[in-house]
Amino acid sequence: MKRRLVVAFGVLVVSGAALIPLQLLIGRSASEAHFRTTSFDIGLRERIGQTGFLAALSGFRSPLAAILWIEAHTAWENTEWGRMAGIFETVTTLQPRSLMYWDMASWHMAWNAAIAAMQNEEQRSEVLRLKARREYEEMGRYFLERGIANNPDRYQLYLQMGMLQRDRLENHCAAADAFLKASEFPDAPPYAARFAGYEMAKCPGREREAYLHLRRLYERGESQRLPSLINLLGEMENKLDIPRAERIGSSPSTPETGQN
Amino acid sequence: MKALRILIAIGRNTFTELVRQRVFFFLLIFALLVIGNSAFMARLSFQEQFQMLKDISLGAMSVFSSMLAILATAGFLPKDMEDRTIYTILAKPVPRWLYLLGKLTGIFSLLAVAVLLMAALFLGVLWMQESSVLAETRAHLQNASAEELAMALKEVTDSTFQANLIPGIIVIFLKAALLASLTLFISSFATSSIFTILMAAAVYFIGHLQSTARDYWLAGVDPEWWMRLLAAAVALVFPDLQAFNLTDDIIAGTAVPMTLFVETALLGLLYTTVYFTLAAFVFSGREL
Repeated sequence: MKRRLVVAFGVLVVSGAALIPLQLLIGRSASEAHFRTTSFDIGLRERIGQTGFLAALSGFRSPLAAILWIEAHTAWENTEWGRMAGIFETVTTLQPRSLMYWDMASWHMAWNAAIAAMQNEEQRSEVLRLKARREYEEMGRYFLERGIANNPDRYQLYLQMGMLQRDRLENHCAAADAFLKASEFPDAPPYAARFAGYEMAKCPGREREAYLHLRRLYERGESQRLPSLINLLGEMENKLDIPRAERIGSSPSTPETGQN
Repeated sequence: MKALRILIAIGRNTFTELVRQRVFFFLLIFALLVIGNSAFMARLSFQEQFQMLKDISLGAMSVFSSMLAILATAGFLPKDMEDRTIYTILAKPVPRWLYLLGKLTGIFSLLAVAVLLMAALFLGVLWMQESSVLAETRAHLQNASAEELAMALKEVTDSTFQANLIPGIIVIFLKAALLASLTLFISSFATSSIFTILMAAAVYFIGHLQSTARDYWLAGVDPEWWMRLLAAAVALVFPDLQAFNLTDDIIAGTAVPMTLFVETALLGLLYTTVYFTLAAFVFSGREL
């Protein structure tokens, strides 16, 4: 049997070599389809420990991320914001293609942690409370930016970035860019393009661009002719001094809708 | 035709034997995990609940099917020798390779049934949760516009069942089949089932690092010859099990292209065939 065993191991090595081209092909196909993008580096090893790292390497990335997420939820219930941020960092590193983790991590930081920082009665200095709030909001933005970098082929995080910039950071120009980017995806919801126009209108120096964008949406038909869009177009026509003949509702091809 | 009859008879017998050993009891633990998980997650948002359910269930499916493949395969040769049933079978005109193939067919059937049952349970719980969230959403958005309601419902359905889960589940089965075939090869020269289980578990862990060793070896960056040799040995002897880890990314919503699925399935079939052939070759020269 010993001779057979030696021959078997020889065949095993030869077949291992013969299968390498197929393995490389799978690696290329996987990388093109955004599979296996997790980077197993020393930082991750330090954060999740040896057992966790071994589990992650052995194909249990997603269950490990789920368990850590539950831990983060418990930290949230105890309002341990710093611990939550650390866990979010690990979870998003383990599952960089999961939009939910990026989105929720950003929301917890930019909304919950930032509001809690402002309401922190233990901190008497308002300046420091404001500083803490800004830091958490920035952390929320940072999660979304990294999420977008890991998922450039999906619209959802661009949309969340738009909402964060609009509602928390009040940066209307950046919000317009994010909504505009989201609207370029064929599966994006129709409101993404409208939101881009609304935010652009609030961005100094981009009023004309906003008008043209909203006008294009208006001309797409009934589905985009919502009251907010029509009202804003009317305001901008006045502000930009658009000739009467070119205004909405003046041309037979672009009748104003009766929809409320 | 006669060979096929023998194959089916041994396969059926192996399947029945394994079922009698109450291997399906692990399904109770799986059910507890899936149902318990969904009950515990009720306090999370629906997106979180669905994500957790998919993460835990598919992870558990992968663990249970791999464990089942290794444990069921490692035990049968020593047990058949101890019971002396192997001698009764091989005394008849049954070639040794056919005996092994029959046994492996029985184990594959067991794995297929186990994966199907786990998948049915998981998809059933997922469907029930989805129905409940959809009903809640409809109730909450009674007065909303049709477009708003449709978008809200789409958001729910997008987070639950995706057709991509099916190739993910098939790949879990293929990985388990590969592990069964690999364990059979180890078992063909092993002297005890403990040795086989330990070796198969070691190969399982090293197999997940094979792609790292292979890339390191092919890059040829290490100046130390023995490091290059070690990386080459790992790359050539161990299977690339990382290639079968598609579920982690499928759960995250990444679509599986048909080419990737076909290539992965082909790799699984080739590994399974190679390990079975080697097992049959070694076993045919073994003194019983």
